[in-house]
Amino acid sequence: MGWIKTTFHKTGSPRWFFTGARPWVVGLYVFGALLIVVGSTWGLGFVPPERLQGNSVRILFIHAPAAHLAEAIYVSIAIAGFVFLVWRMKMADMLIQAAAPIGFVVTVLALATGIIWGIPTWGTGWVWDARTVSTLLLAFLFFGLVALRQAIGREDRASRAVALLALVGVINIPIIKYSVEWFTTLHQPPSIVIGEKPAIAPVFLIPLAVNVVGFYCFVAGVVIAALRARIAEREAGTQWLRDWMSKS
Amino acid sequence: MRLFFTQFRRDLLVAVRSRSDAANPLAFFVLATVLLGLGAGAELAPGVIWVLALFANVLAVEGVFRRDDDDGTLEQLLIHAQPLFPAVMGKLAAHWALSGLPVAVLSPVAAIMLTGSTTGVGVLVLTLCIGTPALTLLGAIGSALTVATGRGGLLVAVLVLPFYVPVLIFGASASTAAMLGDPVAFQLLALAALLAASLTAAPFAVGKALAISQEY
Repeated sequence: MGWIKTTFHKTGSPRWFFTGARPWVVGLYVFGALLIVVGSTWGLGFVPPERLQGNSVRILFIHAPAAHLAEAIYVSIAIAGFVFLVWRMKMADMLIQAAAPIGFVVTVLALATGIIWGIPTWGTGWVWDARTVSTLLLAFLFFGLVALRQAIGREDRASRAVALLALVGVINIPIIKYSVEWFTTLHQPPSIVIGEKPAIAPVFLIPLAVNVVGFYCFVAGVVIAALRARIAEREAGTQWLRDWMSKS
Repeated sequence: MRLFFTQFRRDLLVAVRSRSDAANPLAFFVLATVLLGLGAGAELAPGVIWVLALFANVLAVEGVFRRDDDDGTLEQLLIHAQPLFPAVMGKLAAHWALSGLPVAVLSPVAAIMLTGSTTGVGVLVLTLCIGTPALTLLGAIGSALTVATGRGGLLVAVLVLPFYVPVLIFGASASTAAMLGDPVAFQLLALAALLAASLTAAPFAVGKALAISQEY
């Protein structure tokens, strides 16, 4: 199990991450974009119209991955917040800083596609439903993380305050996740549950799975690229960064 | 317990001696009721009382640590009060007694003015009595996080309003159900659960946030 400890310590070093992560960015961009193109073309162009929803089912190939990803980004931020508060790892703080605006954009994408899907299917773009409201609140949590950091001038103090806020905000995640199971809502309950037979026909499931993986990879690439930019900003003027710049 | 009561008495005294500060949340609540009555007319849902109470709460809680931060009392509190939990609780209890409680007490008047009906007013008061302390506790986290910035205001509202939503949902739905004569036990229990959760967890987060703001 020694490699876990080594990886943990290495990832905590901005220098190791910055120099080592570049191929990952390129790889994740290419692989993710490829999967998104394949999955979306498949979902938008080749999947048969759904029996009840007709053609509007196609937007779910964007909506479901985005909504899923938005929650995953928040959970990563909250874990990073915990790591930062306990071990004071600079990298965890920079991850929060890099991922928060990206999470906001992804959440807005999930909401927007949900509204577009809702107009023909539910007959209304917006319902005061537990899941839609809690997802909107998630967008505001991301917004709050950015706003709080900007409001606090001192960088070290801002980092710790934002980490604490991220940790407190994680209570919204189970609310989003279980909102469709705890409350009777207009939003459908989950169709794909681990360990159970999916409630989606394979024709829809496969392109959806391709898009989910594609979204994860592509956004992971974006987050890592943003993280590298943060490192470059914070470590500007250090010798190793200058050496690296002159080499490449 | 001694820490709790010391802090509670001290904060009440400070607030009572600077009268206008203590009366502001209540004055805001009454004025907002009047404005809503003028702008939207009578016969509104009792949920709007909840929204008004919530706004009064966020405006009040925004400054709960401001004065203590300005004169250095907050720093002394962090140095002396060990453990911090009862002191924070005492502070927030005093704050609630002068912001949430008067709003709850006055809410029947607002309810009659805005909804034009007296049914379910008792439940409205009860939900506000259970709900507003939870709001104060949650709001104090945002207030503590921003106390060092010297400019809370809208930022506190943006940070804490998402956390207020569950309380608002159950409070408003209980008040509406009571007005229609439906059972309210579930909503009241859910509100009480939210209060219990925030009572036990929020003071720790507040203490941590205060420590960050004073660099401990």
